[in-house]
Amino acid sequence: MPTLEKDGRKIWQVRTTKSQLIRWGAWLVGLAAFIFSWKEISDNTLWFMMDNVGEVVADIAGRATPPAWSFVFELGRPIWDTLAIATLGTFFSLVMAVPVAFLAARNTTPSKVLVRPIALLIIVSTRSVNSLIWALLLVSIVGPGVLAGLIAISIRSIGFCAKLLYEAIEEINVVQVEAIKATGASPMQVMAYGIVPQIMPAFAGIAVFRWDINIRESTVLGLVGAGGIGLALQSSLNVLAWPKVSLILLVILVAVVIGEWVSAKVRGAII
Amino acid sequence: MYQGWKMLELQGLTKIYNTGDKALSDVTLTIPDGQVVALIGPSGAGKSTLIRCVNRLVQPTSGSATLDNVNVTALGAAGLRKARRKMGMIFQEYALVERLTVMENVLSGRLGYVGFFRSLFRKFPQKDVDEAYRLLDRVGLLEMADKRADALSGGQRQRVGICRALIQDPSLLLVDEPTASLDPKTSRQIMRLIVELCTERGLAAIINIHDVALAQMFVQRVVGLKLGVVVFDGGPDDLLPEVLTDIYGEEDWEATIEKVDDEDEEA
Repeated sequence: MPTLEKDGRKIWQVRTTKSQLIRWGAWLVGLAAFIFSWKEISDNTLWFMMDNVGEVVADIAGRATPPAWSFVFELGRPIWDTLAIATLGTFFSLVMAVPVAFLAARNTTPSKVLVRPIALLIIVSTRSVNSLIWALLLVSIVGPGVLAGLIAISIRSIGFCAKLLYEAIEEINVVQVEAIKATGASPMQVMAYGIVPQIMPAFAGIAVFRWDINIRESTVLGLVGAGGIGLALQSSLNVLAWPKVSLILLVILVAVVIGEWVSAKVRGAII
Repeated sequence: MYQGWKMLELQGLTKIYNTGDKALSDVTLTIPDGQVVALIGPSGAGKSTLIRCVNRLVQPTSGSATLDNVNVTALGAAGLRKARRKMGMIFQEYALVERLTVMENVLSGRLGYVGFFRSLFRKFPQKDVDEAYRLLDRVGLLEMADKRADALSGGQRQRVGICRALIQDPSLLLVDEPTASLDPKTSRQIMRLIVELCTERGLAAIINIHDVALAQMFVQRVVGLKLGVVVFDGGPDDLLPEVLTDIYGEEDWEATIEKVDDEDEEA
């Protein structure tokens, strides 16, 4: 009990002595784990590699500047592919995520025992595998190229979008749904009038947020042969063409910044 | 005193929730055509449950509700949707779909009559749209038709809620605490509006209400509910202090009732 009696007065503290001690103990354990990990990493680091870190960085920076500006015209197509992978991938993932979300949400699922666990399994399994790994798999299935990247991004995003969306569905105001039901509306109409307007802001927010993430994810997909600007990055790295590498990184940076700017604008407009 | 047609008949209506709480026990009531009934009782007495058992937003455990000779309790999904069209519901917190416009909210009262795709693309029949404008004009919100519902004040939202219920062309209104979220003046205006509209259209209504004085001012009959049992059924003038003590428990009721008398004289 946080309230103690002392000399006939009630002393109030946020926590009891016991829970306070437990908290201090937890902090202590956390600190010990941090120090231990730090030491492990330090012991396993080849420190002699670090001796000339400054020189190496300066060397690469020197070789990478100035960026090979004329190369930018060859990057138009790859960056276009990257943006297309991100945009179409987000679109297809949403198409699949919406039904999954309705099946997963406790208040809209047709069956909590049968359907919901399957929907949750789809969410967890697509979410837990990184898009780079999906791309690796898909390159060996459908061959290298944009299609593999597109499918990888689509699959990877289903779980993310469906999870956020089903949480939004579970948080809707049920009285509004009741009101629509009470008019004699069919289940589909209840969904269209009672549920969809309520989750629309969440849906739009999730869509642009995921699109923003997908732009960043799709820039690296080329590293495993799944199309886009990552492909150009990898081939430039392979031949140690540092001026090209620096230009590619610059282009990626610009694309990501534009993506963030657009998604911030869109989210601002919705909320 | 009312010789009308038996609009709504509740026979032994009982609701026991999964938690084991008995919200309604053996409620038997008959409401004739065009009668406006106030349902009073303390919080948790089962007023909301009773209303929701009529249109089956809550499934009654036993007993039946019969509307216009149709046993609503026994209906399947399609039949129930059809029966719900005849029961307009008005909610305490308005229950408008906040992100839709006033017009969309009013027209949503026609969902039971309109097919899915027509409703999805908001292609309601012109006569429904005409009726929606007429109702909005009647409650004084014609200029608000294109505003979003969340841009309105409490009283305005409740008027939209009333329009949504009336556009269903119901024969019965189920009204759940229509004034609980409103200030005293708006409360009276809303109650007056509901009762006037019921008279204009010859609608029967069950109005759940906490404010006993307000109920006495406007209705023809008062039913008192206590722990799911009907303990009073009579005219508004029969609500004596003993009766209120019976329904709500011991309290000085003279002030509540006297105040009503004063207001009646003023009016």
